[in-house]
Amino acid sequence: MSGTGTMKSRKKLAFQQLKKNKIAIIGLIIIISLAFIALFAPFIAPHDPIEQNLDKRLLSPSGEYPMGTDDLGRCLLSRIIYGARVSLKLGVIVVGIITVIGVTLGLISGYYGGIVDEIIMRLVDVVLAFPGIILALAIAGALGPGLFNVMLALAMVGWTGLARVVRGSVLSVKQKEFVESARALGCSDLHIMTRHILPNVMAPVIVLATLDMAFIILAAAGLSFLGLGAQPPTPEWGSMLNNGRAFIQTAPHLTTFPGLAIMVAVLAFNFLGDGLRDILDPRQQRELKE
Amino acid sequence: MLTFILKRMCLMFIVILGVTMMTFLIMHFTPGDPAEMIAMARYGVDDLTQEDIEWIRVQEGLDAPLHIQYIKWLNHAIHGDLGCSLINGQPVLSEILVRFPATIKLAAVSMLVALIIAIPVGIISATRQYSLTDNVSMMGAMLGVSMPNFWLGLLLILLFSVHLGWFPVCGYGGFEYIILPALTLGTGMAAITTRLTRSSMLEVLRQDYIRTARAKGLSEKVVISKHALKNALIPIVTVIGMQFGRVLEGAVIIETIFAWPGIGKLLVDSIYARDFAMIQGGVLFVAVIFVIVNLVVDISYTYLDPRIRYEGVK
Repeated sequence: MSGTGTMKSRKKLAFQQLKKNKIAIIGLIIIISLAFIALFAPFIAPHDPIEQNLDKRLLSPSGEYPMGTDDLGRCLLSRIIYGARVSLKLGVIVVGIITVIGVTLGLISGYYGGIVDEIIMRLVDVVLAFPGIILALAIAGALGPGLFNVMLALAMVGWTGLARVVRGSVLSVKQKEFVESARALGCSDLHIMTRHILPNVMAPVIVLATLDMAFIILAAAGLSFLGLGAQPPTPEWGSMLNNGRAFIQTAPHLTTFPGLAIMVAVLAFNFLGDGLRDILDPRQQRELKE
Repeated sequence: MLTFILKRMCLMFIVILGVTMMTFLIMHFTPGDPAEMIAMARYGVDDLTQEDIEWIRVQEGLDAPLHIQYIKWLNHAIHGDLGCSLINGQPVLSEILVRFPATIKLAAVSMLVALIIAIPVGIISATRQYSLTDNVSMMGAMLGVSMPNFWLGLLLILLFSVHLGWFPVCGYGGFEYIILPALTLGTGMAAITTRLTRSSMLEVLRQDYIRTARAKGLSEKVVISKHALKNALIPIVTVIGMQFGRVLEGAVIIETIFAWPGIGKLLVDSIYARDFAMIQGGVLFVAVIFVIVNLVVDISYTYLDPRIRYEGVK
């Protein structure tokens, strides 16, 4: 192994660089705040997000209801606070799944090459042949509405980018001397892949997983907006937006705030992902950032 | 060049075959018995007998093993028969073809909006890298990427239809109907295209021939417009191709919001109605179109960039 000492100092260096990247720090702060809000929602939310209060329907923002109420008299702010729970949880689970799938298949594909590589990469091509959301839409549509099915659909669609990137990195890393020497020492393939190659391909994985969080949150909100995801009364930003559509003329706050919440969350992960790319992946930095 | 195209075509057929398999399998994700669903759609829930269901199962070949069903379905699909809608019994393909022009129209106008914004902004950003203009436009691009297009659509309706009353809230018709949906889709695309135009322009500005042009004493305007832009446009062609997929994606939601009778709305409506034949046909159609567009983009890219052309020959 190339020494844990250098690894640690590299991490430290990356963190120092991250501190200098203002945009990334803004992203990180927003993400931490959102996570805090999601975690402590019951203590922060002024009202119950589900409880209906029919004589307080469609109220404009006021002191008691800072973001107003919806068509069933529910506090919009409380629903948005609880919505952070739904979106972040979904994002973390789906990104976790696609990272495991993408990294595993990418490692296998790049390490073994040959027919295995050919099959995995053609599978990637096939999934990429569909415009992403449309495939997810079809899968979610076939499975029936529900958050779980949306997660399943997004997981099936989302792993391809990671698989490709990991495969590419593995191809270059496996030529390195430390891999050769590990092999000469008689290490098993699994050992070489997980202990020697994997740590060296993690940088682009972290970048892509962060950007995927943004994509997944946005896509899930989109599918929920279409009525395929979260079902009432779950407070989910996309479905809240869809619900507000009917009252766009009388209660525009119902369309303004949930959309703002989605954008802030997506923006935060994009900020952080972009910043991490600048730090961890100097080659791509030139291609995309400039 | 020819070998390159042939190679890409072969790959395309493999991919399309995979696409058909996947689309076919999606139908089988559906919980429940497809024969029962078709029978229910045809005869209604009330006077449905077990014999009807079994009859449909045999009639539709649903009793055959999965791979036989697939081959049969594929054979029909190749001949343009994507089955009939479970709801109104109309052939799926003809329904799709009726709706497709509306989507193409929306896609074309949206792309136009995107290019009108993205190319000038991208060029200005690149020529004045790290200036205030550059930072502001890159920030705007980031906002554009992160903004849910369904939210933007609603905000545009709120501002331009509800408050100002300039455009209709939704519907299909004359020029005034396409403006809001095209703006919604186009600005989102513009965000990505601006970033790519900028990076592609920066890449070109670093090349030797730009230095040569400047050294010759050409004015900066000529260097940018004659020498740099032409080369920077090459990757933009690819982006336009990639964006086509995004238009189709975006169309699903945007068409639903604006009641635009395109293929995206058709897909969403079929999902609501659980018209699986239509979903299957629509998804397959969109994917095949997308694959073909990507192939055309790849080929035109090689044609435009001689460096790739020669590599392809090797």
